[in-house]
Amino acid sequence: MEAYLDNSATTKCLDSVAEKMVDLLTVNYGNPSAMHLKGVAAEFQIREAKKKIAKTLKAKDKEILFTSGGTESNNLAIIGTALANERKGKHIITTSIEHPSINNPMLFLKEKGFEIDHLEVDENGQISLEDLKNKVRKDTILVSIMHVNNEIGALEPIYEAAKIVKEINQQCVMHVDAIQSYGKFKIVPGKNNIDLLSVSGHKIHGPKGSGFLYIKDKTKINPIILGGGQQDGMRSGTENVPAYVGLSIAAEEAYNNFQEKIEKLYQLKKYFIEKVTEIEDVTVNGKKDRDCAPHIISVSVKDVRAEVLLHSLEESGIYVSAGSACSSNHPGISSTLKEIGLKKELLDSTVRFSMSSFTKKEELDYAVDKMKEIIPQLRKYTRR
Amino acid sequence: MYSAFLIKYAEIAIKGKNRYLFEDALVSNIKYKLRNVDGEFLVRKEQGRVYVETTGEYDYEDTVDALKKVFGITGICPVILTEDEGFDKLCETVIKHVDSTYKDKNITFKVNARRARKNYPLNSMEINALVGEKVLEAFPEMKVDVHKPDIVINIEVRKQINIYSVEIPGAKGMPLGTAGKAMLLLSGGIDSPVAGYMVSKRGVTIEATYFHAPPYTSERAKQKVVDLAKKMARYTGKINLNVVNFTDIQLYIYEKCPHEQLTIIMRRYMMKIAEHFAKESGCLGLVTGESIGQVASQTMQSLVATNEVCELPVYRPLIAFDKQDIIEVADKIDTYETSILPFEDCCTIFVAKHPVTKPNLSYIKKSELKLTEKIDELVKEAIDTVEVIKVEPEEI
Repeated sequence: MEAYLDNSATTKCLDSVAEKMVDLLTVNYGNPSAMHLKGVAAEFQIREAKKKIAKTLKAKDKEILFTSGGTESNNLAIIGTALANERKGKHIITTSIEHPSINNPMLFLKEKGFEIDHLEVDENGQISLEDLKNKVRKDTILVSIMHVNNEIGALEPIYEAAKIVKEINQQCVMHVDAIQSYGKFKIVPGKNNIDLLSVSGHKIHGPKGSGFLYIKDKTKINPIILGGGQQDGMRSGTENVPAYVGLSIAAEEAYNNFQEKIEKLYQLKKYFIEKVTEIEDVTVNGKKDRDCAPHIISVSVKDVRAEVLLHSLEESGIYVSAGSACSSNHPGISSTLKEIGLKKELLDSTVRFSMSSFTKKEELDYAVDKMKEIIPQLRKYTRR
Repeated sequence: MYSAFLIKYAEIAIKGKNRYLFEDALVSNIKYKLRNVDGEFLVRKEQGRVYVETTGEYDYEDTVDALKKVFGITGICPVILTEDEGFDKLCETVIKHVDSTYKDKNITFKVNARRARKNYPLNSMEINALVGEKVLEAFPEMKVDVHKPDIVINIEVRKQINIYSVEIPGAKGMPLGTAGKAMLLLSGGIDSPVAGYMVSKRGVTIEATYFHAPPYTSERAKQKVVDLAKKMARYTGKINLNVVNFTDIQLYIYEKCPHEQLTIIMRRYMMKIAEHFAKESGCLGLVTGESIGQVASQTMQSLVATNEVCELPVYRPLIAFDKQDIIEVADKIDTYETSILPFEDCCTIFVAKHPVTKPNLSYIKKSELKLTEKIDELVKEAIDTVEVIKVEPEEI
């Protein structure tokens, strides 16, 4: 049996997406900028794709900008906003538990003379709105807050935060990293003071190399990739038609039977937490009910190194990640776990299970059964 | 453009009756190394010389790079081979060569002629003087210095005339395949690939054994070792890599023996298992990357303890190297970057906070008695389940 429980790292691409992409790579492969019919056909595909995606956010078609994925969307949101607004101010606010694709552009801007303020989080990984209120200033040009944390599934109050930001400083751009939340929550950025919102395709059963940035009409932002002027000059380079169309199919699918799928995920999560915490000295980090992401479960296993547990589970065809998969190639202690004040001895003993709408109860049972078997074994051989 | 390379070798030349064996090995190793380089190459022996000749277009940089990786070569001299068309023509060729090779003419030189073909009208001294004169005439900035010249213009009169003044240092050592086979204990660290390289440099064919300990070490750690072997193989040729699953043995030792002795006892079993594969494949020795005092398991006392289990000699080419010197070689053979990738290897996972640094062999043996019940069976299983990977050289 195989249990793929690493859906926050990446997901299986839908068959319908892959099929459509093959067609767009091998038959209808025109360049949307070309003047001939094959080009026109490709351009039409892109317009339809934008329409589908816009619908999921109750946004306008022109507010969707395709990118190569979450990292590019975040880079563009941060650096593009800074470039366009630096004359208004150089103050930026973000949280202390962001993904590296937020942290590193922030670091880049800091070196360029911007002032970066961080919002601390509580033991559940949530920011304090009061703290935000105190930090927003007249010269704040950007606030960037993630919607769902990738390591523990903490849910941030983005609507409330955006409202506070705009009340204090109408000009300030509000960005949300929705890479782990899009498809799991219904998000309406336009009505809720959100100017920019990043999404990645491969986290929602779309293709890798696809993503988009929602850019609310009239938001001041500069491009960071220059060239032939595609996508109204906001992101040059020949459009990756198969990826964008694939992404749009996945996006549409994510919001089909939405309530039902999310309800199932929450129930599975609850079930898994109950079962897994039956194992001695196993704890779950962050919130556990409806006030968190439905698909991410951060599990600390005392006296077992995460990497070893991960590889033991992999021997049984169970795939999970240690900390955040994006940073696990350079082992270091995860920053989110540190920020929520997890006990030091558990930092290196925490694995993440993440589900998708394809996850079955049997897979979770299988994973828990194996853990019940493996954990006591591993605990016998710890570093003395 | 040079049409040939003169290959210089030092140690081979002093061999006696076996000399042709070494030269033939060198020729065949050069041919093998050049098989993937763009161009047609003819490799031949002539009067105690090896020449690599080219006909038509070839990639000069790649050719030199390939030759630099062949053990047994001390120097690679790009050479002009020309027919004897009279002395004036010879001088003309020399001048053209000097002009194109040295942009800055403010240098000292000497002409070093050798006359293997004794019927040439001038003797070596005369060639030296007359060619020198012509060079001075052509480039007045150049000066003669017979003691410490910046460049030596070599002119050798053989069947053809050889002109060369550049010598690129080679990998040195002895031709591969002329010394027998050895089993390298390859860990994934910085030292063992360097040790393998150094022994191989003496003409030794290398096989390797790697111990992995899933789930404590990952698939990526194993891939890293395969990658290292690929890099080594650019010098050593194909490597048979034995991947041994060591987990059960390690856990058993952990369970039964004092923790501070774990690493030593583990290493004793690693040596035993590596020696088994060594004997099986006809190796004449084991090779490790150990260096005195580098870590607890490499003190002289520890080496006594690990050495004791082996019947075959254990070669430790890095034994007196400092870490920094090892790193320099690792850098040169391009294994360093791979070696420092941060994957846990099986030596470090259960390492004690304070391992023994001066193990007493009799205590170690006493501890090992506690393993009697199952260890033979576990060792046999590790040997039986070995995975053999045939590692081909990484192409550049």
